[in-house]
Formats: sequence, C-alpha cells, structure tokens
Amino acid sequence: MIAMRTLLITAAACGMACAQQAAQQPIVLQNATIHSVTKGTFSGSIVIRNGLIAEVGDKVLAPMGAKIIDLGGKHITPGLIDCHTHIALVSTNEGSVSVSSMVAMRDVIDPEDPAIFRDLAGGTTTANLLHGSANAIGGLNVVIKMRWGSDADGLVMKEAKPGIKFALGENPKRAGQGGQSPFGGNAQTPRYPGTRMGVEDVIREAFIEAKQYQAAWRDYETRRARGENVLPPRRNLKLDPLVEVLEGKRLVHAHCYRSDEILMLLRVAEEFGFKIATLQHALEGYKVAEEIKAHGAGVSTFSDWWSYKIEAYDAIPYNAALLTKKGVLTSLNSDDAGGADLSTRLNTEAAKTIKYGGLSEDEALALVTINPARQLGIDQYVGSIEAGKQADIVVFDKDPLSIYSKAEKVFIDGRQYFDRDEDLLARPRREADKKGLLEKEKATEKADAPPRRRPS
Amino acid sequence: MLHRLFPLTMLLFAAAGLLTADPPSRLAIRDARVYTVSGPVLEKATVLIKDGLIEAVGENIPIPAGVTVIDGTGLNVYPGLIDALSTWGIAELAAPATPAGGGRGGAQPAPATPAPSTTATPPQPRARGPEDRPNTFTWVKAADLVKPSDRRIETARSAGFTTAVTFPRQGILAGHGAVINLAGENGGDMVVDPSAGLYTTLTTGGFASFPGSLMGAMAYLRQIWIDAAYYRAAKEAYAKDPVAIARPSYDRALEGLLEVHRLLIPATSRVQIDRMLRFGAEFKTPFVLYGGHEAFRASDDLKKARVPVILNVKWPAKERESDPEEIPSLRTLQLRDKAPTTPAVLAAAGVPFAISSEGLDTPKDILKALKKSIDVGLKPADAIRALTLSAAEIYGVASRLGSIDTGKIANLTLVKGDLFDEKSKVEMVFIDGKKYLPAPEAPTPPRPTGGAPAGEVQ
Repeated sequence: MIAMRTLLITAAACGMACAQQAAQQPIVLQNATIHSVTKGTFSGSIVIRNGLIAEVGDKVLAPMGAKIIDLGGKHITPGLIDCHTHIALVSTNEGSVSVSSMVAMRDVIDPEDPAIFRDLAGGTTTANLLHGSANAIGGLNVVIKMRWGSDADGLVMKEAKPGIKFALGENPKRAGQGGQSPFGGNAQTPRYPGTRMGVEDVIREAFIEAKQYQAAWRDYETRRARGENVLPPRRNLKLDPLVEVLEGKRLVHAHCYRSDEILMLLRVAEEFGFKIATLQHALEGYKVAEEIKAHGAGVSTFSDWWSYKIEAYDAIPYNAALLTKKGVLTSLNSDDAGGADLSTRLNTEAAKTIKYGGLSEDEALALVTINPARQLGIDQYVGSIEAGKQADIVVFDKDPLSIYSKAEKVFIDGRQYFDRDEDLLARPRREADKKGLLEKEKATEKADAPPRRRPS
Repeated sequence: MLHRLFPLTMLLFAAAGLLTADPPSRLAIRDARVYTVSGPVLEKATVLIKDGLIEAVGENIPIPAGVTVIDGTGLNVYPGLIDALSTWGIAELAAPATPAGGGRGGAQPAPATPAPSTTATPPQPRARGPEDRPNTFTWVKAADLVKPSDRRIETARSAGFTTAVTFPRQGILAGHGAVINLAGENGGDMVVDPSAGLYTTLTTGGFASFPGSLMGAMAYLRQIWIDAAYYRAAKEAYAKDPVAIARPSYDRALEGLLEVHRLLIPATSRVQIDRMLRFGAEFKTPFVLYGGHEAFRASDDLKKARVPVILNVKWPAKERESDPEEIPSLRTLQLRDKAPTTPAVLAAAGVPFAISSEGLDTPKDILKALKKSIDVGLKPADAIRALTLSAAEIYGVASRLGSIDTGKIANLTLVKGDLFDEKSKVEMVFIDGKKYLPAPEAPTPPRPTGGAPAGEVQ
C-alpha cells in the first residue's frame, strides 16, 4: 500500500512522460566495482529507479520492493558510447550529390538489425548513426540507444543534439573521378569534386548558398513586418540544416584524415563563423592538436586501425592519447558498417590507449563513455555513473579494460536489455524453432510440388 | 510459344466477345447463391440487371416478362473481383517487372522480402537534386493509357476479375491510377474513376543519379511536396496581385501534384510499414500502403493509423533452384511461414485490406494465394470482401462497385463451385451488365526457367 502510494507520487512528480517508467521495479546493483569514469573507481552499489541512477555509493538505501542483484565484486561501467557507426541503417550514403544535407539517417533506421543486439552484448548502449563519407556535406545523423525490440522511433535518443556529417579527402573526391570510385562512381557522369580543392570549394559554395537563403528569410520577415505583400522564400530541405549549422544549432561531424585538410576545414568553418564539433577519424590529428584545440573541435578516432588507404597511412596508435594530453576532447569509435564489429568491444579499444600513450584507466574509459557523450551533447544524461543520470549500465565479469572481460548484463534507462546467461539459454530454443520451420517448409514443398508435365 | 498462340486465340475470343457482349438491356440471373458481400449470402436468389446496373437483388424478386433469364442453379454469384493494384489495361506494362535496384549504400541484405518491384526506368540524365525532378511522372494518368486491347484483360476476366485499379509504374512519382472495368469499346469506356491515387515508389539511382538511397527518395518526396504547396500558394498570390507578385514558372511535375487526394506508398516488412506510416502522415493526405507481407506483425499500428493495405499475395517462399547448402535465417523462415496469415490477422484487427496481382504470373494465382491464407485461418467471407467491397471502399468507389446491391454497377462473377476451390470454374462474368465468357483453358506451358515468363505477366 505504501509502495503503491510512493509509486503514484513518483509518477505524478515526473509527469505523464515517465509514468510508464515509474512502474519499473527499482533495482539495486550491490557489491560491485564501479568505474564511474567521472568520480573514480570504487566498491559500492547503485540504486536504479524510474530509469535513472537514483543513488550511487559505498552504502545505499535499498527502496522497498527493490530487486537486489549481488554482483560479488564484478565491474560496472557506464553504457559505452560509439560516436561513429553505420549499423542499424537501411542506407548509408546519398552519394549521388556532393551536398546531401536533405537526407536524414532518422528516416532509415532499421530497428531489427542484429548489430544492435551485438552492440548491446558488448556493452555499447548509445551510438551516433552517421551518414557515409561519399560527399563533402552528407546527411543528418541520429543518436540511438540500443533499446532492442523497440521500433525505430523508440531507439532514437531524443535528447541528443542534432548533427550533420561532412567528409573530406579521398571518399568525397573519388566519386568525381569516374569509374575508380569504390562507391561505384559513374565514368560517364563523374560528380564534382574530383580533388581536395574541389571538396573545399563545395563546402564553401554550400555555405554561401545557405547564407543567401538565410538572408532571404530575414529579408522576407522584415518586409512582411512592414506590411508588404511578399511571398516567403521556398523552404529548401538542403539548406535548412546548413542554416542551423551557421546558427550553432547543429553539430558538424567531419570525416577527415590528413592534417592539411583538417586545417582547411577549421579555417573554412571559422570563415563562416561556425564550429566543427568533431573531427571523425582524424588519424593525423596528433600533428595539428594545438590548432584543433584552439578551434574547440573534438576528435573521434580509431585506436590502431589504419593503412586501408593512402590518406590513412601516416597514423600512430598514440593519436588518442596525444590529443587527450593536449586537451582535445577525444573519443574512440567503431565506424562499423554492415554489421557490428569494433562496436562490440569498445572497452578494449579504449584499453589500447593505456599501452600506447599511457593514459590513466579513467582517461581510457572516458574515450568511450563521457567524452563521446560530450561530443554528442548528451553528457548530462549518459556517459558516467552519477546520481541523476539515465541508468545505462554495463556489468562486466572482469575489469572492463581487460581483453578477457565480457559484458554480462546491460541496462538502458534502468531496463535490462541483455543478459548473457539468458541469451545462452535461449539459443537451443531458437535452433529448435529454426529446425521446425525448415522441416515444415520441406513438408509443404513436397505437398505443393506440381505433377510433372509433359512439355507441350 | 504462347506468344505465337496468342493472336489466334485473341481473335477467337474477340469474335466470341462480339457475339455475347451485345447486351439485352435487361437480364435476370435466377436461382443462384448470391454473395452480396454487403449483406448475407442469399441461398436461392435473383439478380436483376438493367442498363448496366443492378436493378434488384433478393430471394423473392419477380422476374418481369421479356427479360433474358440465366439459370443460376448451382452457381455462386460474387461481386466482380477487383485487382486493387494492377497494371492491367496498360499494355506497355505487361512486360515482366524488374526488381527495383537497391542501389549502393542501400545494401543491407533485406531479411524480409524486397520492396515491391517497379518497372525499369529508362535512362535519364543524371539528376543533381530535387530540382531536377528525378523519376517524376506526375502528369501521367492511367486513365489516358488504358486500352481494351491489352491481352491480359481477357485472362483476368476468365479468372473472374471485372475491375482493376491500374497504375503507371515508372519512377518515384509514377502517376495517377484509375479504377477501370475490364471491358469496353475503348479506353474511356473502361474508366470508372480516373483519379484513384498517386503511385509512389522509392526507386533509387545509386551513385549515378539523385536520389541514390531510400533516405534520398524520402527527402525528395518531402521537397517536391513542399514545392507543390509553394507553387499553389504562388499561383494564388499571383492571380490576386499580378503586379506585386512575380509570375510563377509553370511546372508540370507540380501541376500533377496539386490534384492528389490519395497516395500509394510501398511497405512490405514490419519495419517498412512503421517507417512509412510515419512518413505518409507527413503529407496530410490520405494514403494506402502496398506490399504488406509482414503486416501480420503491424496490425495494431495500421489499425491505429487507420491506413489500409493493398496486399501483395505473392507470398515469400523459398526460391526455386535455391542453394540447398544455404540455410535461411530464422527470421526469413518465420516470414515465409507467417506471411500468408497476414490477411487473417488484418481482418481480425479490423484493418481494411485489398488484394493486388503484383508479382503473380496469372490472375488465377491471386485466388490460389488467398486459398493458402484461408487454409491458415482467413475466413472465406473476408477473402471475398478483400477482393470486392474492401477494394472499392479503399478507393472511394463503394457506392458504385464492390457488392451486389441495387444501383451498383452490374459487375458480377459467376462461378460453378467455391471461388477458392481450384477445381471451380468461372462460368461467366458481367461487366457493366454485359456478359463475358471465359477463354477456354489454354494448355499451360511449362514454366520457363529463365528470362521473361511468357504469357500473362503482371
């Protein structure tokens, strides 16, 4: 009865929106080694209530009726965050044009992509789904949480800041070089640009156009205020997001490799008065860390993945550590496409920066938790174990920075979406289902087989 | 082989058609079992036809003197069957459909079935954005294209179909469909409603031409919709004040959008249905989803959105000659197993649905596919409704078609035996009150193993 009343009060306090979550049974994860990332690593417990971390510490007060899970010293980290991936998408590139800011990854989320589940099984709970790198200005990204089982809308992390993809270098220029493109460029109709100079020009021209468009709207508002009979400008879905970039309402995530083109982009952005939120990949970022820092951009890079093309040769595994030490907000990402790969083990990607560059454990974990959260504008909600944050929590059986560790339980918004033991138990059942269906199909096939006819 | 046979058989039937189609202005079908669809099945009833319309239907209808009487003893009378998403009547679209290219970048292996196919688009100059109006044919109207000479019409009638909602298929905005009767002296005679809706696909051009991806096609549809609204506003403003307002440039692509009052949008898998329910709602125009194989998992959402479905009943199945070593995923197997339950699930949920000939070799296959659904729980009455009244309701022509009621167009299908029994025979159909006899069964050619299937291809 008391519990019921508490429940009602909580529901009223957080409004209709989280009324459903209020129905969640509180959970206490006790006796854990908590890698909070922002407040150090310590032994203690976590109380999850209404989808949030209600309390964290050495000793906590277990709410009435809470489900108590004793972890026997196992490790807890915040849900890992992948700042650059292409999983769970039906299409990645709108590569027909050099500026495709009219397209949105939100439209093509595939909530049934098994990669979501595989990410979950690796402790990744949040990801930035980016447009591909086929064009200088790509589409609008969307940040999702791995709420396996929800529809597309249910995956979207609505708190995330809107963003857009840019791309420099080989990928956007190759489509301009006829048949050589790995993206299936068209030899008859090569697409501008075909050089790095051209990529810069495309970005500059797009923003000149966006400024004119912005001015046209302002002019319209002024004239209408004066009572003139004027038509508004025609809404342009390509230019709207670019105006948002100019107005600081949309984050730019720019794919890049070489130091010279990084500097180019920073200068172009400064010329037009906007900021680059993250330089993605930026394998040569270590060469221009000071300039990146001065601009205020972040970097989301790989731990030790390079040499897959010419512009990715001059790379070192110290990139993330060097950038971090220079004070650049840095993260590590998977860039997974066509299935979950690096995104299933971001924790060990982070661990490599301890060997290469000597980052502390907290600094290393930050590369796949709080840092990408900051880069995506979601750090007040996720990215560390702190009271008040969304309960996105991973239980690892061993130290998360060990290659022997496995994610055992994964919570998002306080709800458990992955349990290693349960999944293992469910496998034989799925196999049996499959076998049954195959047999059924075979049986109907025999029954349906048309009698052999003589050729007419 | 069949191609060569066709002109000859066509001539024979055309001659037969001329003889039988000359209509007595009044007709009576008596002592038949009448599936009114709008009401109960009448076990021994009479249908009176006058001037192409149903004059009366009932169990105790006196037959006036001098009326040609057809003895319906042992016959089932259904409202004329409707193919709710067709190309029948547009002879150019009789060629086998080419599956829509997924395009690079779209290439997630679809666990479900591919999106409904569209006919191949002729090469077009590279589109560099929405302003080039890629793959847009909003000025094309099926009503202008239909001709009674399309040889598939005869086959369709022989299978009991009297009506089709037929659409141009080329492009992202392919053009306007028409409700047509499958008989007439000329194309114009056939048209029951020239504006059934605008057919959209999500055809993509890869890296060669905009839009190259699903998200690009969606962005394009949004932009052209904005452009059309803007065009309308600009035209109105200009009409009011041609001095202050600049004269809007005439745009036939946008002109064709101004008259749209129904959109047809493709969605086959559950994820696609969810995506397109949200997308379709953006246009503030009634829309219909077509495809729907996995709608058995989306009936609640469809019900909530009040969006009807035109079901593609070419149920997903193991491909012929598929690699025996390749074991399909559990998801694929589940889809193949459950797709035929879709009509029953939709019927139970109260989601309006109709049936399309899309992807099937012959019109008869529609009935065969529905029989499969009946075997897994679809009520025969719901199957009949989907083929008749539901289709008419979805397209807003239910006051004239879809059931056997006084005042409706006299489109009737007379079958010896149950409609869904493979052994049953369509005895005759009536279209606009005129009688048509089915073509005699041609020997079925062996199924071609490659290339274009001969004969009736939808």
